[in-house]
Amino acid sequence: MTSEIILQAIVTGLMMGLIYALIAAGLSLIFGLMDIVNFAHGEHLMLSMFSSFWLWSLFGIDPIFSIPITILLMALCGIATHYFLIRYILKAKMLIQICATFGLSIFIRSIAQLLWTPDFRNVDKPLLEGRLEIASVFIGQPQLIASIVCLVAFIGLYLFVTRTETGLALQATAQDRQAAEILGVPSNKMFAIGWAIGLGCVAVAGGMMSNYFFIFTDVGINFALFAFVAVALGGFGSIIGCLYAGIIIGLVESLGGLLIDPSFKLLYVFAIYLLVVIYRPQGLFGRY
Amino acid sequence: MNKLDIAKSEPLWNTNKNITLIISVLLFILIALPFFGLNSFYLHLFIMIFMHAVMAQSWNVIAGLSGQISLGHGAFFGIGAYASSFFFVQYGISPWISIFIGMFFSAIVAVLIGIPMLRLSGHYFAIATLLIGISFQVVFQRWELVGAASGLWVPLTQEDSWNSLQFHSSKAPYYYIFLFFLVVTFFAVWLLNRSKIGFRLRAVRDDAQAASSLCISVSNYKIIAFVISAMIMAPMGSLFGQYILIIDPDRMFNIEISIIVLLITVLGGIGNIWGPLIGAAILIPISEYSRIYLGGTGGAVDLIFYGLILMVICIFRPEGLISFVPKNILERKKQR
Repeated sequence: MTSEIILQAIVTGLMMGLIYALIAAGLSLIFGLMDIVNFAHGEHLMLSMFSSFWLWSLFGIDPIFSIPITILLMALCGIATHYFLIRYILKAKMLIQICATFGLSIFIRSIAQLLWTPDFRNVDKPLLEGRLEIASVFIGQPQLIASIVCLVAFIGLYLFVTRTETGLALQATAQDRQAAEILGVPSNKMFAIGWAIGLGCVAVAGGMMSNYFFIFTDVGINFALFAFVAVALGGFGSIIGCLYAGIIIGLVESLGGLLIDPSFKLLYVFAIYLLVVIYRPQGLFGRY
Repeated sequence: MNKLDIAKSEPLWNTNKNITLIISVLLFILIALPFFGLNSFYLHLFIMIFMHAVMAQSWNVIAGLSGQISLGHGAFFGIGAYASSFFFVQYGISPWISIFIGMFFSAIVAVLIGIPMLRLSGHYFAIATLLIGISFQVVFQRWELVGAASGLWVPLTQEDSWNSLQFHSSKAPYYYIFLFFLVVTFFAVWLLNRSKIGFRLRAVRDDAQAASSLCISVSNYKIIAFVISAMIMAPMGSLFGQYILIIDPDRMFNIEISIIVLLITVLGGIGNIWGPLIGAAILIPISEYSRIYLGGTGGAVDLIFYGLILMVICIFRPEGLISFVPKNILERKKQR
């Protein structure tokens, strides 16, 4: 066990962590806005990966260039989700809300399995390939670009939410729905925008990951679980908390896998979740 | 007179006559059914309905009665299956005894999981149980003592044997065993509903703060509900293990188990004792027939139905199908 291997694990963890952070940010945005946990988040990630896969395999568009299309598709999917499912259950009991999004996740996953079979696919010969070697640490180029794009998207999301008028309206709706409506912010429209942006984040992460990750129908489950953990870790509804939480999770995953036993990677992350929600239920960076 | 006094003052059997009638007729039909020469597919169908009704009842206790949503309830199913089969395979203890060992183990696990999760509620609890359900699968896939990923294989007996709970010539004995557990479980939950514990659990569910101001220990009652629920779930795992005679982590800790118990209960009517039975009686035939006519689980057609039904129910009938039944049939006689 040399320091190089540990450094390698840290770099890998950081790169994965940035992707987790963006996925979690989408989840956190939706949760903060309307108190609904999107249990179909992993399936939305899977959909966006398949979208960029099919754009590549049917039309020959490389995953990097198809990202805007994927974002558009997923944003539409988010609005559709809100329009056809979420707006009916806004006032329902939490149990019903959980069951509804859980049902959506089962539905999307099994439809995908029916249409596309559970086979593993990957994008063959994307533009981004190969790896760099910096100070004896190997960095896969697609991974590096993916994490940089995710970071940029994350910063963009943060600036959007904190600086623009629409972003402030989103925050206002999240804080007090009725007060915002009195001030002329239509909450239903805001919810739709929230879903569109939340799934747009997922689309960026999924589109970039389709460069190097295997694409199959169950791919989203682990990412969604990590996103739940990241959201709880960062504090429900806090977007900047997701960034730190995502990085922590990425590091724990890769270092735990290296130092203890790689087959129990999931368990280390879950252990962190349990520790955090038990001892600091508001999350590491939560406001409440 | 408050509700508890009313419940206490009633004799045990003083329920609505309609219900007593329905139950007796139903029970009579179910006991008599195998004598009409059902083929083994129909017996299997009924066995699955009974099993899932009990599993859903277990989920109903934790979600409907105490208001906690567990998304990893399959863990207790798997623990029950593993515990009983392990002692049977390794030490030759009869499954009749090892069923109780399985119940014991899952009760212990429920306490161990329950204590740290006392403080969690709502989304936190749901996510935590989802994670725990998956963690159990990961652990059992790699645990050499219980056969890791290949699982445990129950040694086959030559002939049908009540002692080792294996019946190769007919499914009828399994049918009666599952029916027996169904009746026992529903009776136990019915008693629980009317007991002090049941009232306190509902108090905790409806308003935890008000309940704790009345000296009801919220956390203790949450654990009690969790343990009862786990102990209902575990025997089903043991019996299912004896029914299919192979116990592997992918089947026994399948996330589909956690999904289907939730779905059945929500479909039938959450918090209502008859909900799980109605849900199972509707959903399991749909699932089995869609497997026959539309392909196996690889195509996952039944799961599409599950997801769709779950969403439709959540949108249009959050109270479940039981709410279509007129209230005066179900309710007990009003007492002055």
